[in-house]
Amino acid sequence: MTRRSVDQESPDRLYTVTGGRTRADEHAFDSVSLIVSECEPTPGMQSEHVRILRMARQPTAVVEISAELRLPVSVVKILLRDLLDTGRITVRHPSAALQAGRPDPEILKQVLSALNDL
Amino acid sequence: MRAPLNAAALDALKIVIVGGFGVGKTTMVGSVSEIRPLSTEEVMTQASVGIDDASRVRGKTTTTVAFDFGRITVNEDTVLYLFGAPGQERFWFVWDQLFAGSLGAVVLVDTRRVEDSWYSIDRLEHHRTPFVVAVNRFSDGPSLDAVRDSLELSPEVPLVECDARERPSSKHVLITLVKHLARMTDDPGESEL
Repeated sequence: MTRRSVDQESPDRLYTVTGGRTRADEHAFDSVSLIVSECEPTPGMQSEHVRILRMARQPTAVVEISAELRLPVSVVKILLRDLLDTGRITVRHPSAALQAGRPDPEILKQVLSALNDL
Repeated sequence: MRAPLNAAALDALKIVIVGGFGVGKTTMVGSVSEIRPLSTEEVMTQASVGIDDASRVRGKTTTTVAFDFGRITVNEDTVLYLFGAPGQERFWFVWDQLFAGSLGAVVLVDTRRVEDSWYSIDRLEHHRTPFVVAVNRFSDGPSLDAVRDSLELSPEVPLVECDARERPSSKHVLITLVKHLARMTDDPGESEL
């Protein structure tokens, strides 16, 4: 964790990246929603959008995009919102985040088995 | 070099490892993760401040927290993300933004600074996130019973020792958490704190 905190990040950069917006729809994406590209980048597209579309050729979690782009998670959500609204990505939402209830016992069994296999 | 997920990946789960500075969160994430741990940051959004005053601090980011994470493949379509998160006060402002829907948490304790964990335990209870407590053994220290007393842990909260550098040991901590979750699912009454 040696890189600069966004506290010291140039505000201009974050402002430019998001076109000045500071909020995404909080509920459109979870931090581990899996993003999948539905098209290839096109000329003239914003460079962050290009990078997201390339990364998400395979399903990629929002936090992984954030780490790769070196942008805070909420800034990445704003960028993803643009791509979602224009049909360039689809989103696979985490099942656990959608149900307020308890985890599915079957899922827990599978997690346990994966941990045992480590 | 990025390691992409399986193309069939559909669902992601979260477990959060919470602890003070230097307690070994990143070490624990790294000891079980299939990828080299990644780090990133989150900023507090105005919505999560919960007060209108935030609009007065225009253009100024008031809270930034760094965190890291790794992952474990559960099966063809499911992946488990492990987050290492600092337990300090400002971190809890972004808890819901990042960790809503987590399966559960591990509170990692350094017995030389047990008091660092009080706040985290209080917050996890507040968020109704099930957790276990793991003592990362750096040296001889108080017994687990003494740690349980000083943290005022309920008897049903599992408390284990670990060496976060060792995969088998970190794995044991996570297994303890998942078994705890399974017990709570079997017996809904137990989770009511």
